[in-house]
Amino acid sequence: MSDRLKEQVLRTSGVNVLKCMRCGKCSATCPSYDEMEYHPHQFVYMVEKGEIEKLMASPSIYKCLSCFACIERCPRDVEPAKLVEAIRLMVIRQQGQNHLKPGQIPEMLDEELPQQAIVTAFRKYAK
Amino acid sequence: MQRIGVFVCWCGSNIAGTVDVKAVSEALSHEPGVVYSINYQYMCSEAGQNLVKDAIRDYNLTGVVICSCSPRMHENTFRKAAASAGLNPYMVEIANIREQCSWIHKDMPTATEKAIILGRAAIAKVHLNAPLMAGESPVIKRALVIGGGIAGIQTALDIADAGFEVDIVEKEPTIGGKMTQLDKTFPTLDCAACILTPKMVDCAQHEKINIFSFSEVEKVKGFVGNFHVTIKKKARFVDETKCTGCGECTAKCPVKGVPNEFNLGMDNRRAIYIPFAQAVPKVATIDPNYCNMLKNGKCGLCAKVCGAGAIDYKQQDQFVEREYGAIVVATGFNPIKLDQFDEFGYSQSKDVITSLEFERLTNAAGPTSGTLLRPSDGKHPHTIVFVQCVGSRDTSGCGKTYCSRICCMYTAKHAMLTREKYPDTDVYVFYIDVRSPGKNYDEFYRRAVEQYGVHYIKGMVGKVAPRADGKLMVQASDLIAGEQLHIEADLVVLATAIEPDKTARPLATMLTASMDTNDFFTEAHAKLRPVESPTAGIFLSGACQGPKDIPDTVSQAGAAAAKVIGLLAKDKLTTNPCVAESNELMCNGCSSCEKVCPYGAITYLDKEFRMPDRTTMVRRVASVNPAVCQGCGACTVACPSGAMDLKGFSNSQIMAEVDAICQMK
Ligand SMILES: Cc1cc2nc3c(=O)[nH]c(=O)nc-3n(C[C@H](O)[C@H](O)[C@H](O)COP(=O)(O)OP(=O)(O)OC[C@H]3O[C@@H](n4cnc5c(N)ncnc54)[C@H](O)[C@@H]3O)c2cc1C
Ligand code: SF4
Ligand code: SF4
Ligand code: SF4
Ligand code: SF4
Repeated sequence: MSDRLKEQVLRTSGVNVLKCMRCGKCSATCPSYDEMEYHPHQFVYMVEKGEIEKLMASPSIYKCLSCFACIERCPRDVEPAKLVEAIRLMVIRQQGQNHLKPGQIPEMLDEELPQQAIVTAFRKYAK
Repeated sequence: MQRIGVFVCWCGSNIAGTVDVKAVSEALSHEPGVVYSINYQYMCSEAGQNLVKDAIRDYNLTGVVICSCSPRMHENTFRKAAASAGLNPYMVEIANIREQCSWIHKDMPTATEKAIILGRAAIAKVHLNAPLMAGESPVIKRALVIGGGIAGIQTALDIADAGFEVDIVEKEPTIGGKMTQLDKTFPTLDCAACILTPKMVDCAQHEKINIFSFSEVEKVKGFVGNFHVTIKKKARFVDETKCTGCGECTAKCPVKGVPNEFNLGMDNRRAIYIPFAQAVPKVATIDPNYCNMLKNGKCGLCAKVCGAGAIDYKQQDQFVEREYGAIVVATGFNPIKLDQFDEFGYSQSKDVITSLEFERLTNAAGPTSGTLLRPSDGKHPHTIVFVQCVGSRDTSGCGKTYCSRICCMYTAKHAMLTREKYPDTDVYVFYIDVRSPGKNYDEFYRRAVEQYGVHYIKGMVGKVAPRADGKLMVQASDLIAGEQLHIEADLVVLATAIEPDKTARPLATMLTASMDTNDFFTEAHAKLRPVESPTAGIFLSGACQGPKDIPDTVSQAGAAAAKVIGLLAKDKLTTNPCVAESNELMCNGCSSCEKVCPYGAITYLDKEFRMPDRTTMVRRVASVNPAVCQGCGACTVACPSGAMDLKGFSNSQIMAEVDAICQMK
């Protein structure tokens, strides 16, 4: 199971985790570091070890801002954010999972929230 | 028909373990022309060589095939043995049945079959071999050293001490290189100037050494033993023979705001300057980009104050022609530019500096007279962050893929010296790995941690952000604690990757010396010929061949000198007779071969040919200089007319080998 998941993450992300030299520059750059249970460099290593389920269950995947700072700074061209994105996608694509229900929306609304954000949120988090 | 002897070597069990050597010598004894075929335990031993010599005499052999190890190993051994028995050495062929057969196969029948085929190919080639004679060329007993850093200095001194003349060409106004800018040096912490300046003075005073400072190599022609070099002496507007280095001019020059490259722009010099007090030669140089007199004819002050009358505003670049037997490249390195690394804030804050700048800030002759002060406000820094591997080990395209090799150690040095002199300073070193494999190096680094209390943190700095109050906010990983750190620093020091000098690439082209993709000069063999370039007569010294610290540079400099001395000690060089030769009747003078020749061995002649009708016709044909040709064979492939051929490896010989291999028995 974990091998298959790892294979899937590597394929969707196109990342070669073996290029990582464990410098931690990605995590040194990450603006969401303090919010995260697992940090960008840990994503790389945990994917290498096949610990995909742990990552899928972690709130860290929603804390990533997709700012791509880690991708920009990594000296080995590893692209950790693409792993986060791939794992996020795997969670979303699971059958029968629903993270956002229309009933929740009204209480989340405020004046400044653009319409576009709601649409995007549905695309990302709802079936 | 040749009379060929075949000698199959067991190489102990190296060959005999996988190849049935008896079957090989048996099978090859039936090949056409073979009159003698044996196998023996160690052909390269004295007894083995005697077998070859005796057989040449007893059986009147005209050709010899040795089935053994790679020709790189013992071709010379067997050629010499053959020559001592009166056979032309180029009538010996090696069939490599070790590296190309026994070592890479497991199965005895197939390995044996392959060994027989390789032997057959060598026999087919010998049938077409012709005796070749090695030529001779004289050796000019003078060496050129390009680059006057510690590498060039040491090489020049060693060659000169052996009694040969040496010229050093240095592009800067003084010799000394990067080491002149360093403060103390790991691993023993002796002051760089104290160990370097005596050597610089030795160079200046040595009767066999001639320094061309502020000069560059303009053109190189010729070949090993016989290089013709044009040296450009750039105009310095000061007569070297008259200037006494008193410094009167540099004190009076009114142009004061010129960034001082010796202190990496951290202070200023005048338009006329002597780089530093111990410069060799100690001669002033005028910077034409700043001098009022040279720019608009208004000043001339230095000429007035110069008691020696050395100032010469009309001086021009001069070109000097010199001849050399050997050339040593010692062009060193430079730190890379940091444009690609905005995250460290180098361009945003004066207090983010490179390690070389740090050396100047701690050097007694530097811009702060050796007191460590922040460049921005001249205050003592209390928290210093060192970042290792900046731009090194980078495969993203922003930096260099290699490890710069010196920065782990000099960072430990910087951190340690800072803590020693300013114990109230907090010092952090961010590292990916600490690489300290030299003698006493790991002990040195551990001292920084254990005795001097430097905080070594495994992790990289992600961002350095200058704050309005002058502090530098450093955001970094502590991978072992699993934390993201935020440090308020006063000074950030970047252990910047190093790269070869930018002038090295055009120089390599002039010398036809090869370089790797990083522009480091390549050695002839990574392990066995580390100080020679693949181009005969060109030698390598110091950081131009790869990142190196001073101990390694000096060792290599001495090794390069030994090789040069070995070459200059000879009166004549025997040339390799396996060189290209063009068949003038087939050559159409198209220039294809000249374009591919990496050694510049090919020229074209207009030659008269007698036509069948007794008229003469002038045609342009290729001519190979056998002393320059290295026998690489590039031209033979490029020639569209099939006119170029390599002696000893002719097209027909190679085709005969291929035929022998393809022929099924
Ligand atoms: C910050 C820093 C700290 C260091 N600290 C230490 C230390 O503590 N201990 C230690 O062992 N090592 C140290 N090193 C390494 C040391 O500087 C080098 O090992 C050494 O300088 C290499 O010498 P080199 O002669 O090969 O090169 P260089 O010193 O670079 O000299 C090359 C010379 O060639 C000249 N040149 C270049 N191109 C041409 C050309 N085309 N024509 C003519 N001349 C040319 C240059 O002007 C220069 O003078 C340090 C390096 C740095 C950057
Ligand atoms: S893309 Fe995500 S993981 Fe990468 S630095 Fe930005 S927030 Fe952190
Ligand atoms: S920055 Fe790149 S090489 Fe460094 S730890 Fe992160 S993924 Fe690995
Ligand atoms: S002539 Fe040029 S170098 Fe001499 S003092 Fe005047 S400005 Fe300076
Ligand atoms: S020597 Fe050390 S600091 Fe320099 S590139 Fe290599 S590992 Fe990095």
